[in-house]
Amino acid sequence: MSANRYELNKNLAQMLKGGVIMDVTTPEQAKIAEAAGACAVMALERIPADIRAAGGVARMSDPKMIKGIQQAVSIPVMAKCRIGHFAEAQILQAIEIDYIDESEVLSPADDKYHIDKTQFDVPFVCGAKDLGEALRRISEGAAMIRTRGEPGTGDVVQAVRHMRMMQSQIRRLSSMSKDELYQAAKDLQVDYALVQYVAEHGKLPVVNFAAGGVATPADAALMMQLGAEGVFVGSGIFKSGNPEKRAAAIVKAVTNFNDHKMLAELSEDLGEAMVGINEQEIALLMAERGK
Amino acid sequence: MRIGILALQGAFAEHEAMLSGLGATVFEIRQPKDLTKSMDGMVIPGGESTVMGKLLRDLDMLADVQAMIRRGLPTFGTCAGLILLAKRIEGDDIVHLGTMDIVAKRNAYGRQLGSFDTEKPFNGIGNIPMTFIRAPYIVSCGDKAEVLATCDGRIVAARQDNQLVTAFHPELTTDTSVHRFFLEKVCK
Repeated sequence: MSANRYELNKNLAQMLKGGVIMDVTTPEQAKIAEAAGACAVMALERIPADIRAAGGVARMSDPKMIKGIQQAVSIPVMAKCRIGHFAEAQILQAIEIDYIDESEVLSPADDKYHIDKTQFDVPFVCGAKDLGEALRRISEGAAMIRTRGEPGTGDVVQAVRHMRMMQSQIRRLSSMSKDELYQAAKDLQVDYALVQYVAEHGKLPVVNFAAGGVATPADAALMMQLGAEGVFVGSGIFKSGNPEKRAAAIVKAVTNFNDHKMLAELSEDLGEAMVGINEQEIALLMAERGK
Repeated sequence: MRIGILALQGAFAEHEAMLSGLGATVFEIRQPKDLTKSMDGMVIPGGESTVMGKLLRDLDMLADVQAMIRRGLPTFGTCAGLILLAKRIEGDDIVHLGTMDIVAKRNAYGRQLGSFDTEKPFNGIGNIPMTFIRAPYIVSCGDKAEVLATCDGRIVAARQDNQLVTAFHPELTTDTSVHRFFLEKVCK
């Protein structure tokens, strides 16, 4: 990937800011998501809640199914490959996906190495629990970062934990002297240049979204107020009682995340939210996959 | 000079940074009440036109924004902004603001692999860097619209009186000339 291509890929993420990226499993759902105001859709065979329920190995989706979704909508289409599975990523690039999510929601294919994303022309988004993970993924070529949350649970606690952790580590870097920054780069196991960028700008060099457990307009507003630049909503929409209405309400909540009165109106009468599982009740913590 | 930036979704922060760097006072437009603030110009940024079009309608802002542009408010639309201002979108029945006499083609260069950078001349400015991200182009301009830049035979920038549009993103480069053109020639 040329430096120029990496800039273009980072810039596509800039266009997604202030938006909601929704998980969809069929062309029909993709159309509902687009009509509700999604700025992009994530095409996958099963949403995280069902992957969790089904158990077993979760893999990249059938390219035919992804192509069906690409044809159904005009907004960007993303798809997931397993951590470290560069062959799945090559396949997704071959069908001209707009963004690849190297995702802990699927079963990891490599327990040591992430994909060398600099070898690809299409952009990658990767999950991160803290600043070190985020910067390591960026040095591997990720053009966008999201918190890892705990997918398929409807429990926002981990997304909050990860976003708070990243923001507090960023603030700490911003207050460091140069000699302290050298040590910080070693501690975080990343290039000094990346650490220096974060210290100087008070933010990651790429767009940072919230993901995992976002189920209500209030969850979305919470993540935006904590510093997310947009949100991914996975199971929260199509596992709820009224997907159209909930999706549209979350889109509006992300735009007006500081208007409490509007948030109150948006939260009214949305039907049943996804049931959700508390963090303590789950046997498999997907956020712990691949660090 | 006070410039309102439509901040419903997309890359509005980049416009804010560039315009404040040029000495303008900027504020974000997220709800109808923001439209009542006094402004000398408005920017409609890049992002997803389907999202911004829907939010303009859902938040009851479409008719007001349309009326303000028709009354002569200087307006600068980039990428999705161009699509929102176009009188017609090729292959689509929907029209958003529809105040500018141009026909736009969405995702005209294909998917993200079709995104590119180039350098081309812009009328009255000279060569400038142009960044196209899943960009549209202008299929045709009506009599009232003037072509300001082309790229490989496609129209990528145009002006019609108080409305300026680019299919590319000057706000993503370090070149401030198109924003200066907007402040000095369109907003004056």
